[in-house]
Amino acid sequence: MATAFQKIYTTISQITKATCSLKAKGVGYDELATINGKLAQVVKIMGDDVTLQVFEGTGGIPTNAEVVFLGKAPSLKVSDQLAGRFFNAYGDPIDGGPAIEGKDVEIGGPSVNPVRRKQPSELIATGIAGIDLNNTLVSGQKIPFFADPDQPFNEVMAMVAMRAKADKIILGGMGMTNDDYYFFRNTFSNAGALDRIISFINTTEDPAVERLLIPDMALAAAEYFAVEKHETVLVLLTDMTSYADSLSIVSNRMDQIPSKDSMPGSLYSDLAKIYEKAVQFPESVGGGSITIIAVTTLSGGDITHAVPDNTGYITEGQLYLRRDSDVGKVIVDPFRSLSRLKQLVAGKKTRKDHSQVMNAAIRLYADAANAKTKLENGFDLTDYDNRCLDFAKDYASKLLAIDVNLNTEEMLDVTWELFRKYFKLEEVNIKKEFTDIYWK
Amino acid sequence: MTKGTVSGVVSNMVTLRVDGPVLQGEICYITTGGDRLMAEVIKVIGQDVYVQVFESTRGLKVGAEAEFTGHMLEIQLGPGMLSKNYDGLQNDLDKMEGVFLKRGQYTEPLDNEREWDFEPIVKAGDKVQESDWLGKVEENHQPLKIMAPFQLKGVATVKSIVPAGKYKIHDVIAVLVDEQGNEVNVDMVQHWPVKFAMQNYKEKPRPFKLLETGVRTIDTFNPIVEGGTGFIPGPFGTGKTVLQHAISKQAEADIVIIAACGERANEVVEIFTEFPELVDPHTGRKLMERTIIIANTSNMPVAAREASVYTAMTMAEYYRSMGLRVLLMADSTSRWAQALREMSNRMEELPGPDAFPMDLGALISNFYGRAGYVYLRNGEVGSVTFLGTVSPAGGNLKEPVTENTKKVARCFYGLEQDRADKKRYPAVNPIDSYSKYLEYPEFAEYIKGHINEEWIPKVMKLKTRMLRGKEIAEQINILGDDGVPVEYHITFWKSEIIDYVILQQDAFDEVDAVTPLERQEEILDLVTAICEDEEHTFDTFQEVVDYYKKMINLCKQMNYSVYKSEQYNDFKKQVEEMVANN
Repeated sequence: MATAFQKIYTTISQITKATCSLKAKGVGYDELATINGKLAQVVKIMGDDVTLQVFEGTGGIPTNAEVVFLGKAPSLKVSDQLAGRFFNAYGDPIDGGPAIEGKDVEIGGPSVNPVRRKQPSELIATGIAGIDLNNTLVSGQKIPFFADPDQPFNEVMAMVAMRAKADKIILGGMGMTNDDYYFFRNTFSNAGALDRIISFINTTEDPAVERLLIPDMALAAAEYFAVEKHETVLVLLTDMTSYADSLSIVSNRMDQIPSKDSMPGSLYSDLAKIYEKAVQFPESVGGGSITIIAVTTLSGGDITHAVPDNTGYITEGQLYLRRDSDVGKVIVDPFRSLSRLKQLVAGKKTRKDHSQVMNAAIRLYADAANAKTKLENGFDLTDYDNRCLDFAKDYASKLLAIDVNLNTEEMLDVTWELFRKYFKLEEVNIKKEFTDIYWK
Repeated sequence: MTKGTVSGVVSNMVTLRVDGPVLQGEICYITTGGDRLMAEVIKVIGQDVYVQVFESTRGLKVGAEAEFTGHMLEIQLGPGMLSKNYDGLQNDLDKMEGVFLKRGQYTEPLDNEREWDFEPIVKAGDKVQESDWLGKVEENHQPLKIMAPFQLKGVATVKSIVPAGKYKIHDVIAVLVDEQGNEVNVDMVQHWPVKFAMQNYKEKPRPFKLLETGVRTIDTFNPIVEGGTGFIPGPFGTGKTVLQHAISKQAEADIVIIAACGERANEVVEIFTEFPELVDPHTGRKLMERTIIIANTSNMPVAAREASVYTAMTMAEYYRSMGLRVLLMADSTSRWAQALREMSNRMEELPGPDAFPMDLGALISNFYGRAGYVYLRNGEVGSVTFLGTVSPAGGNLKEPVTENTKKVARCFYGLEQDRADKKRYPAVNPIDSYSKYLEYPEFAEYIKGHINEEWIPKVMKLKTRMLRGKEIAEQINILGDDGVPVEYHITFWKSEIIDYVILQQDAFDEVDAVTPLERQEEILDLVTAICEDEEHTFDTFQEVVDYYKKMINLCKQMNYSVYKSEQYNDFKKQVEEMVANN
């Protein structure tokens, strides 16, 4: 890999599980190097002593390994050729196709000036009522699924990706099982959507530290299409908890003092740097947007753990999946899920009755939950309680279930239908101007 | 000036070998690949100086050169800051080129070419001290003062001052002669190191004047005062930002400074988008005219995040010394503390609780201590009211930032997950939250004159009712509806009336979002009347529930109606009739 002018170092002074140190001059911070061909990055410079983080791990590196500095930070070649391709964490193709030709851009680039952003205002329709009706997504938003590892979050995410009207979909897979990787590959190719999908994949078989590059790779590609091509880009990141786990491995090996849950003290900034790449550009620069849908796996539903907790402070809401035992389906939980940006589109880009219908339905669903508690505690149910329970079943299976595929108008119509079926006009508590039109 | 060369790099902490004296906290610029990176000295060991760089250090090499400036991190203060959007280092974000923030790009915070209508206050021969008012200019209808240099020592004599007219900020508007006989040229711009508190006032008494926010749970229940301090801790999703935005829109302040410190960029964009459209309820002018935004969002460099709260506080103190009422909001102080933690970690300091630096408590209390109500030397008054949010990890209030803030902030508005889940917004916990100002005799005296004598006793009674209501709710939960006497239900529902009618408020409803003090007085009287009504008798708890639910509905409709409108009066009459008819 070395060219004629590059100096080769051959004396490594220190090797730990993740890092190698050596004496070298003229080295830049964050610069890449190869150690016997293995990729590494400069993480510390003290005088002549340079410490390199080796992505694959240091196993098998001899003390006389050949070290070559590449003079650049991790980068990705970007061009339209990216579309439809699969890459590893270094941005090298893993689908057997040719290397990409294009502009070399450094990953993890600068942030957008906040005054150059536009307030997100475009609806992203997914067909899933638990999302579109109750927690509407907006382009330029960042939102994770908070899910236990056994929940079908990857399936839901793939479905959202296939239905969303995005110009490009970029998948960043971190610590993904090989089975899930094949699931995404098959889903994309079966849908005939491969040409608008770009994937950066780190599977469980790959070294854990490598996956630290995945989000930045995916977002560098996203920025190319959003900024230069003014496209609507959807970025899927799964699973951010494994990303955070890798951060903690590295910080631990670098003897940093851990804060909550053994995570590095910089976890908030590290996650924010990724999620804040979500952006809506104004028309004045040609438009384009990056929307991020991520997955944060929880351990036993615990959202006070450092990873979901810091994520919650960064993202614009979160989505929860839950198995509804009454209807035997996985639903998007209407109580705990939240899209902080929904009011920017609900009733503005969708039908005017959207917000009122959404709130009324959730309130009635909550009444059903109370009725259920009453029932479980052995109290008598009123007629209203019983109607709420029946409504809840219909509402869960016809709207909240993740296998629903309707447009927003249809979702609203179905909800009105359920209101009429189970309730009296005064029980739904909706403004007269809407009941006059839709209560027929 | 002292020069240095880079000898080590770990993330944004860089070691420099220097050839001369340096100040602790001094600013230097490191040159790398054509970019000049601003950095601040944080530690000195012999010839080795540790600096934190306010930008990405990518590509920085050993041997890169650094130049010291001889001063600490300071900002420029002068006319032209209102309605600006700055980053944490006071760069004007609107002047920056391109969509992305470029490394090493620094922009002028003030406009050097703009002309201001200057009017002198002093005349030749007058004696002045530092910060004394020399003249005034008007910006966005705010009377700004041009002051004697903050660094002026002793008493100086005005040698000359320009007549009223149009001047630029760097034009000399006065010449002073100091005690040593040196002439000092004065323009409209001041410089101040952000980490030092301005002490250019005569006295800082205990604050006592109510600062009206239009938010009932604050004004009525736990009031904040001009020059007071408060904090709002809460887990994510409990409405910290909505509450802060509501206060910044409605508060009766002359100047509002919002420090978006390490939070979401889209929330700042919301302010950029909405504030130019919204109208200040007190003056009828655009909100943006009185607002300054310091935006150092979570993806912007961490070290500048730490600086941003100090930058904001320094601006607030500057306006205070002109005799203005300033409201400063920081969202969120936890992100500032985390920035301190990241740096302490890199310097390999021994950590305190949760890996925060040991002096976290001292830093927080020094910062809150900079707020206050002051008497200036010329007899005028000014104030800096500070409200910070805290984002406790995992929603647990037993963490260092919350605990240390609680020691110094006088108002505590604890946002509660449970209330947020029940959609009882603002989710300020009515039992645990407090305002120490309610206990100040100065405040009681002020309220007596400003509202009336019974106000505070009435509020205290309602607070007791809330506590009693909570205790009874717990008993009902255990014993069941029929397991407690009917009177218990009455007491419980009276506390619900207080909750629904006074505490809960719809920040998104045009009318309900802001309640002027006069209207709050009326609501307080009405709710007190409902609560003190002992005449009504009920046979079953269901009757109690029905009665009070109806009452709540009427009161809420009243809250949604325009004050003193026919609809409002009608609902009010219905409530009063319900109370009167036994």
